[in-house]
Amino acid sequence: MNIPVGAFIAVSSVLFFIGVAGVLMRRNAVVILMCVELMLNAANLALVAFSRRGGSADERGSVFVVFIFVIAAAEVAVGLAIVLSSYRNRPTVDVDELHAMKG
Amino acid sequence: MIQNVWLIPALPLAAFLINGLLGRRWLKHATGWIATGAVAASAFIAIDVFLEVLGGHERTTVTLYRWIGVGDFNINVSALVDPLSSVMLLVVTVVGTLIFIFANGYMAHDHGFARFFTWFSLFVFAMLILVMADNYLLMFVGWEGVGLCSYLLIGFWFERPAPQHAANKAFWMNRIGDWGYTIGMITTFLVFGSMTYTDVFAKVGTVTQANLTLICIAFFVGAAGKSAQLPLHSWLPDAMEGPTPVSALIHAATMVTAGVYLVARSTPLFVAAGPALQVVAVVGAVTAIFAATIALVQMDIKRVMAYSTVSQLGYMFLALGVGAPVAAIFHLATHAFFKALLFLGSGSVIHGLGNEQDMRKMGGLRRKMPVTYWTMLIAGGALAALPPLAGFWSKDEILSGAFLSGQTALWAVGIVTAILTAFYVTRAMWMTFHGEPRDRHLYDHAHESPAVMTLPLVALAVGSATLGLLIGFPPDQGFIHSFLGPAVAVEGAAEHAPELSTLLGLAGVSVAAGIVGIVIGIAMYVRHRPDPAAVTRAAGPIYRLLVNKYYVDELYDHRVLEAARAFFGVLWAFDVHVIDGLANGIGRLAAAGGAGARRLQTGLVGNYALTVVVGLLVVLVAYGGYAAGVFKR
Repeated sequence: MNIPVGAFIAVSSVLFFIGVAGVLMRRNAVVILMCVELMLNAANLALVAFSRRGGSADERGSVFVVFIFVIAAAEVAVGLAIVLSSYRNRPTVDVDELHAMKG
Repeated sequence: MIQNVWLIPALPLAAFLINGLLGRRWLKHATGWIATGAVAASAFIAIDVFLEVLGGHERTTVTLYRWIGVGDFNINVSALVDPLSSVMLLVVTVVGTLIFIFANGYMAHDHGFARFFTWFSLFVFAMLILVMADNYLLMFVGWEGVGLCSYLLIGFWFERPAPQHAANKAFWMNRIGDWGYTIGMITTFLVFGSMTYTDVFAKVGTVTQANLTLICIAFFVGAAGKSAQLPLHSWLPDAMEGPTPVSALIHAATMVTAGVYLVARSTPLFVAAGPALQVVAVVGAVTAIFAATIALVQMDIKRVMAYSTVSQLGYMFLALGVGAPVAAIFHLATHAFFKALLFLGSGSVIHGLGNEQDMRKMGGLRRKMPVTYWTMLIAGGALAALPPLAGFWSKDEILSGAFLSGQTALWAVGIVTAILTAFYVTRAMWMTFHGEPRDRHLYDHAHESPAVMTLPLVALAVGSATLGLLIGFPPDQGFIHSFLGPAVAVEGAAEHAPELSTLLGLAGVSVAAGIVGIVIGIAMYVRHRPDPAAVTRAAGPIYRLLVNKYYVDELYDHRVLEAARAFFGVLWAFDVHVIDGLANGIGRLAAAGGAGARRLQTGLVGNYALTVVVGLLVVLVAYGGYAAGVFKR
């Protein structure tokens, strides 16, 4: 079965913009982190698709994906830790309530 | 060895450093002999250098190191050793040594003993740099150095307000003079492209008259400030608030003659710039008679001497102005001896009376202080220009120089001043040493000073008595002429060879002037015919004018300073409103911009995320447009 690369890109784009919309519109910090994951995975999908299409023997695109997994894991670990410690100080995960850094 | 010339200022500098660093805590009274020894050693080297110059080394430049070198502009720290500077070195170190010895006795009970000798040594160092320098910039270093030491030593007893004010006054008035010197120095550099004497004098002929006159007038303003000539004279009498050795060395023998030295050194410039020389002569003559009239009525013994110094400096400038620089330097040298002696003698009297300076409380002291009396009598005779004492020869040369140059009006002023001089010396001597004691208590406690103070008096008295005959005889052809003449001579200056009868007649007139003054003085103060008190009453307004020193201080305080304050008020307003306004305005602008930009930091994560996305879109669109060739030219 040969799916054209455009289809992968289309799905990737849709995923990415769902992620962007989520980051911009949701107020729950945990959901925002999930949306960031969504954007990262959209990027992964695009990379894998291009890697397949380029037909490179050493799967360079796929290597990138592995790196992004690692970074995403780290990002979630740190992000959730921040949310958690923030929650301990102020019992909310609503980012609109967290504006102590207002200039 | 002429190459040793740098040791002359180096020794007082070493004494300054040693006394300044270790004096107060460890050396204490040893500082006096360290400083004295250093200056005495300098004097021996100066004598050696003088003999070398005498032996034929007419002009030697001894370079220590290159100070400033920028392109064609070179200033060396180097000494110009020629007859003029070697005579000055000799006067400064020899008279200095004697005054240093005297000061060991005079200052013995002062708690600032070490401080005194520290500044005193520094002064000698600066004065020697001033006279040794081979260029105007290095001379300026010494010029400012002596000004600083003068300030520090006038204000030596700074616990009392009067010395503070006197020190500040001296400093400010000298600042006006220094301003003139700076203008002269910078103009010299711009016009001649050099500040070294020999370079400058070699190029005199290539410069316009206007430039030369500007340079000379500016230098003369500097000289007038340093040498207390009208209208910058009023700091010198106030400077008598300092210790008496300071008055003798700085404000009679050496520093105040720096202006005379500057003009004498720049003779080629002044002679080429005709009008400037005329200004020098007129200012000198007017100052001479102006200060002499004030000296007639002063009651403070040191103030009489101070005004006398201003007057004698006026004579020196008169000599320079009528084209007799040798006579000016000759008078400088003799004056250094007899005026230093008069000051030290006054100091001895003041010391013996327990710090009393008012002549109205003295009288009859010749029985108590014979050495002081006899030495001061010699110095007084020299000041009154009695032959054969030193002052006669030099003053006579000045007056005959003025007469022979055709400026008979200036000569007449000089003769009148000579009468006044003889009168006030007689008056001061009589009031101090003769007659009946006016204050019994003071008289009973009066005592002759110790040998450390009287020996310098005797040495200076020998100089005051013989120096004129030694180096100034016969008049206009004496040793000083053959020695100094070539150094300050200017090519093209007319050599006047007057008749012997003219010279003798002129000498007769100046001797007569001295005797007339003395006779009037004796008539008034010994025989009371006319009685001084009656004369004072008869001359009411004039007497008040003189006692108040022509109201010059009041004029300066009220008119000049008020005008200056108004002017500086404008400058102050400009500074506060425009300059500060500009600086503060820039600060406020930055603060206001920051306050505006602060609003961007909402603290809301959503806003930041939106900004990131918008930025990303902008980059994407821009890149897309670029890739599609929209922005191509």
